[in-house]
Amino acid sequence: MIAVAAGANRIDPYIIPALDGVAYGLLVFVAAAGLVFCFGVANILNLAHGTLYAIGGYTAAALLDGGWLSLALALAVGVLAAAAAGVLLAGLLTPVATGNHLTQALLTFGVALAGGSLLVAGFGPDDPQVRVPAALDGSVVVAGHRYAAYRLVFIVVAAVIATALYLTVRRTRAGMLVRAAVDDPEMVACMGVSPGRIRAGVLAAAGALAGAAGVLGAPIIGPGADTADTVLLLSLVVVVLGGLGSMAGTLLAALAIGEIQTLGVALLPSAAPFLLFAAMAAVLAARARGLATSWRAT
Amino acid sequence: MMDEVIRRVRRSVAALVLVGLVVAPWVVDDYTAAILARTLALALVGVSVALLTGVAGMPTLGQTAPYAAGAYACAVVGSQISDVGVVQLVVAAGAGAVLAALTVPLVVPARGVIVLMITLAICELVVTVLGRWRSVTGGTDGLAGIAAVRPFWGLPALASDQARYLYTLVVVATLVGAVLLLLRTRVGLVLRAGRDDETRLRASGHRVPLYLSGAHILAGAIAGAAGSLLVVAQQYISPADFGFDTSALLLLGVVIGGTASVGGALVGAALVIAVRDWLFGVLPGHAPLVLGVLFVATVYLLPSGVKRVRGPRDRSQPPTVPPSRPDATPARDHATVPELRA
Repeated sequence: MIAVAAGANRIDPYIIPALDGVAYGLLVFVAAAGLVFCFGVANILNLAHGTLYAIGGYTAAALLDGGWLSLALALAVGVLAAAAAGVLLAGLLTPVATGNHLTQALLTFGVALAGGSLLVAGFGPDDPQVRVPAALDGSVVVAGHRYAAYRLVFIVVAAVIATALYLTVRRTRAGMLVRAAVDDPEMVACMGVSPGRIRAGVLAAAGALAGAAGVLGAPIIGPGADTADTVLLLSLVVVVLGGLGSMAGTLLAALAIGEIQTLGVALLPSAAPFLLFAAMAAVLAARARGLATSWRAT
Repeated sequence: MMDEVIRRVRRSVAALVLVGLVVAPWVVDDYTAAILARTLALALVGVSVALLTGVAGMPTLGQTAPYAAGAYACAVVGSQISDVGVVQLVVAAGAGAVLAALTVPLVVPARGVIVLMITLAICELVVTVLGRWRSVTGGTDGLAGIAAVRPFWGLPALASDQARYLYTLVVVATLVGAVLLLLRTRVGLVLRAGRDDETRLRASGHRVPLYLSGAHILAGAIAGAAGSLLVVAQQYISPADFGFDTSALLLLGVVIGGTASVGGALVGAALVIAVRDWLFGVLPGHAPLVLGVLFVATVYLLPSGVKRVRGPRDRSQPPTVPPSRPDATPARDHATVPELRA
């Protein structure tokens, strides 16, 4: 009896960080899924991806006033604005040779620089406050601990988004095209689907995902001057860890990053700066392809 | 025709910039000399980027990582162990080379755009570590009050900005000369061959990953040495000096200079950094916006950056094999994504 209680006590302080890690990981998943699509399907290294997230974040900060209606409005506006920015990016990328990643990277970086500057000019240099709906502002009791209600609901919503994304990719015609374009882009082009339209569609979808993540995740990774950088870095690490085109690999990698950033920091505070590095090095050194070896198996 | 014009413009601009760099300390004031010294240090990092991106065919956004390692190693050595420039240079180059060697297993197996992504992640993670590892790096406040350097045992410490600039210039010239000489030997030939046709080079019995690892470590050492020059020029460092935007600016400079040309990279990087510093002085609030627009404009204007639209005029000409440009994208860039997936 005593031993069991001691065991529970040893685990107890880490329940909340672990739960936080799930919320963080799912947020990173929704944000990174767009980058994975860009990279795996359209073969574009989109360095402006973090800026798309920041658009959503700033929209949330500007529109949320504590009511449900404002959340719906912010979600709609944020998703549309970020998707539009994605289409704009696709338009800018059209004249650039598709195989030339150097110039793609430079172009998207220029857009990120200009976009970030415009966001700061429009919304002010200070990190804005984000107000979640009043009903979710309190905390609930989880396993004897108080936990922010918003994060708990966010976990559910993000899980729904992830499932919907999975079903879209697996079951719809658009998803089929996406998978086909990852597998054999030349064949897809031969079958009469314009690569330009796939690219525009994928960048719009990536923007929509990043925008949704930005609005819903604003209370977790809030809008600010270095949001774009943070989200881009986390998304890149997800891609490196999880490989391309595999939703399961991406999800696994995102959850691992979430746990490293919360539970890992709680367990090993002194090694905290190096944990992400160590995880990336370990995975890449063990297997250059990332966590998921075969994405067709998913 | 267009290529010829651009080549001439590049050459004349390069000549002007190089002459300007040599006469600068006698013409400009102290402040500008200090800024120019920092620009030179960054231009040396640009040379290491060109070595990886253009010569070895591994496009990189992460050379600020060994640059930062060298700078912090030099700052720690400079304030605690020795104020002799040669010692600091060797320590900084060693630190850069060690960091590069540690990241070899991450970078070398990848190709093309994957390298770009992994090196970017490494660069961002290094900046994060610099910001949090307070006991050594001073966190986001950085390290200040680093003692003035003396170039060699027995020489006086460099007290003026002019002297520090000249020291930087001499070191950069020596290192760039060494790199140019090295690339004229068989090493340069093998690296270029690996960039152009890796499969064939492997088939003829060359161990390409070994050469790439060597190039990566060498580039790390050069960037580390540049970090030591930054410490000499600024006498102050913080994580803000090594951000992802610096990497992107250097890559832009290298692409402008023609990725495979070491001298072009030096000049291109120096120009881009100078434009950035100038913009931040002229337009305090909107510099990133203008810089971003300049990025996009440059990409469109670059001859190798934008696909040529086939107009009616093109169709009237017989199809010709495009001339091989030295700054063309490495062939390795193409078969990238399948390699990660397979």
